[in-house]
Amino acid sequence: MNDLKIEPLLKVKNFSKHFPIYSQGFGRKQIDVIKAVDNVSFNLNPGETLGLVGESGSGKTTCARTILRALKPTSGTVIFRTNGEAIDLVKLKERELKPLRTQMQMIFQDPFSSLNPRMTVGDIVGEPLYIHKLARGKELIDRVDDMLVKVGMKPEHRQRYPHAFSGGQRQRIGIARALIMRPSLVVCDEAVSALDVSVQAQVINLLEDLQEELNLTYIFVAHDLSVVRHISNRVAVMHQGKIVEIDETESIFETPQHAYTRMLLSAIPHPDPDIKLEFTPISDSTEI
Amino acid sequence: MSQDEKKDIVLSVKDLKVTFTTEEGVLSAVDGVTFSLERGKVLAIVGESACGKSVTAFSILRLIQKPGQIAGGKIIVYPKNKPPIDITSLTEKSDMLYQVRGGLISMIFQEPMTALSPVHTIGNQICEAILLHQSVTNKEAEKHAIEMLGKVGIPQPERRLQQYPHEFSGGMRQRVVIAMALVCQPEILIADEPTTALDVTIQAQILDLIKSLQRDLGTSVIFITHDLGVVAQIADDVAVMYLGRLVEQASVRAVLKDPLHPYTTGLLKSLPRNETKQARLPSITGNVPSLTHLPTGCPFHPRCPDSIPGVCDVGDNPVMERLPNGRLVSCCGARKFKEMTKT
Repeated sequence: MNDLKIEPLLKVKNFSKHFPIYSQGFGRKQIDVIKAVDNVSFNLNPGETLGLVGESGSGKTTCARTILRALKPTSGTVIFRTNGEAIDLVKLKERELKPLRTQMQMIFQDPFSSLNPRMTVGDIVGEPLYIHKLARGKELIDRVDDMLVKVGMKPEHRQRYPHAFSGGQRQRIGIARALIMRPSLVVCDEAVSALDVSVQAQVINLLEDLQEELNLTYIFVAHDLSVVRHISNRVAVMHQGKIVEIDETESIFETPQHAYTRMLLSAIPHPDPDIKLEFTPISDSTEI
Repeated sequence: MSQDEKKDIVLSVKDLKVTFTTEEGVLSAVDGVTFSLERGKVLAIVGESACGKSVTAFSILRLIQKPGQIAGGKIIVYPKNKPPIDITSLTEKSDMLYQVRGGLISMIFQEPMTALSPVHTIGNQICEAILLHQSVTNKEAEKHAIEMLGKVGIPQPERRLQQYPHEFSGGMRQRVVIAMALVCQPEILIADEPTTALDVTIQAQILDLIKSLQRDLGTSVIFITHDLGVVAQIADDVAVMYLGRLVEQASVRAVLKDPLHPYTTGLLKSLPRNETKQARLPSITGNVPSLTHLPTGCPFHPRCPDSIPGVCDVGDNPVMERLPNGRLVSCCGARKFKEMTKT
């Protein structure tokens, strides 16, 4: 990779998110702190997909959400490059963040709970444009139709409600809502893990096609390592809030360096009865 | 089926039909499912969500509730040294049914969180199962429960017995549920997606546990899952379901290495393989049709890449047929193949 020429879209440095724990009752004192994300650093180049993997509770979702400022970071810097400017997301106030939100969007895991059942598909997909006052009336409808076609749905679906659609189609609606703002950075938080295998493949293909067409940069949070291997250029392995290993996808899967990565990889069951699982949990893995 | 009679069958399901009465009409969630489980073997039922795999499992324990009902077919258990029991003919409140549930056949549910009562201790819940099915004293039941917790790999079982489910992690809870299911030494264990809610590392341990317990206790297992990787690791035989029907049934090696039904082939192909950044994933086109609007002919034909116009889209569902090579598959294309080999 010719990293030297390309300026990274996102530079995350010494980034942490800690949750304080308070004692019960009056005079709540802080008794402990959970380091959900602890001193994480990585770069993300434009057009790249970074896979973020780890067990549940390893901090991968918290990390992605805190980068987007859905949660307030504890320390560190997140340099986001937009229109030739480099902005530190950690220092920004809420109000200053709003215009930047058009650049960063999120696709959620559960296609059933992430769509408002009382809004039509057109309202759901068009809401970001409405909130940011980017389009209205006919133009808004045109852009929604355009986006629905892009994610493989029909313009006439605009008037229907989410309950009329299957899981895969709902996830397409979620993708349309995220991409209608033409973001440069998209966080896919377990975007395909709730879907059935046959539909999952369709949505993965869609995400890849859209990435090429709209020059998107993905942070792909997932626990399914084979999906991550398929879609990512680089992979970061998280364990107890820290990135234990980050490298090109090929190297992570072929020559994992960290013991935790090796353990995680050995736990994947292959759809081949001749490859037996040889899994030995390592001692510092979280208690099950 | 002469081939089946030679085998030692512990459970046979014949032409099972389960219907749900809804506002949109009567839906058949399971339509003519026939399979048998060999003693001491693991049969995996595979399929996407809403294909009827859980409904099949629930009907074996007669757990289908209104508006659903078993509309037809027979489910027969052949316990060791006892006369066979026809589960479908038992009345709702019969003693026999209570003996079957939890005693002869027990079940592990998907969510270890919801399967346990939050207001009773683990010991309380395991002992309840023992006391219901065996004539033992409380002391003996407790001893038995401790032994079982040890077997499923929970450290310090005496102390853990006094604890409540919220004091256990997800993997440990699933171990408790497994202990509860196996404590009465059932002949058949139905595991309904027991590892879906767990991390891969914990999944690997739970699979290992189920496999070794199954080997030690000689339990026959019906393992319901949508994960073909898990199937490869645990199953001896596989039945693939689509829209309430079995489409293919064979040994695990045959299904995963040489699938015959286009649906099985499609499922296997759409798994991301362990290669980095391949061009595109081959996927099955379209969505699973709703049970209210089933296509005519083969229910899979609108999504099938090998569908033959005039053959697959007309008439009734193709029935499960045995091919000359002994494989069971329900596909018009396969039927054609059969005719071809005959001539």
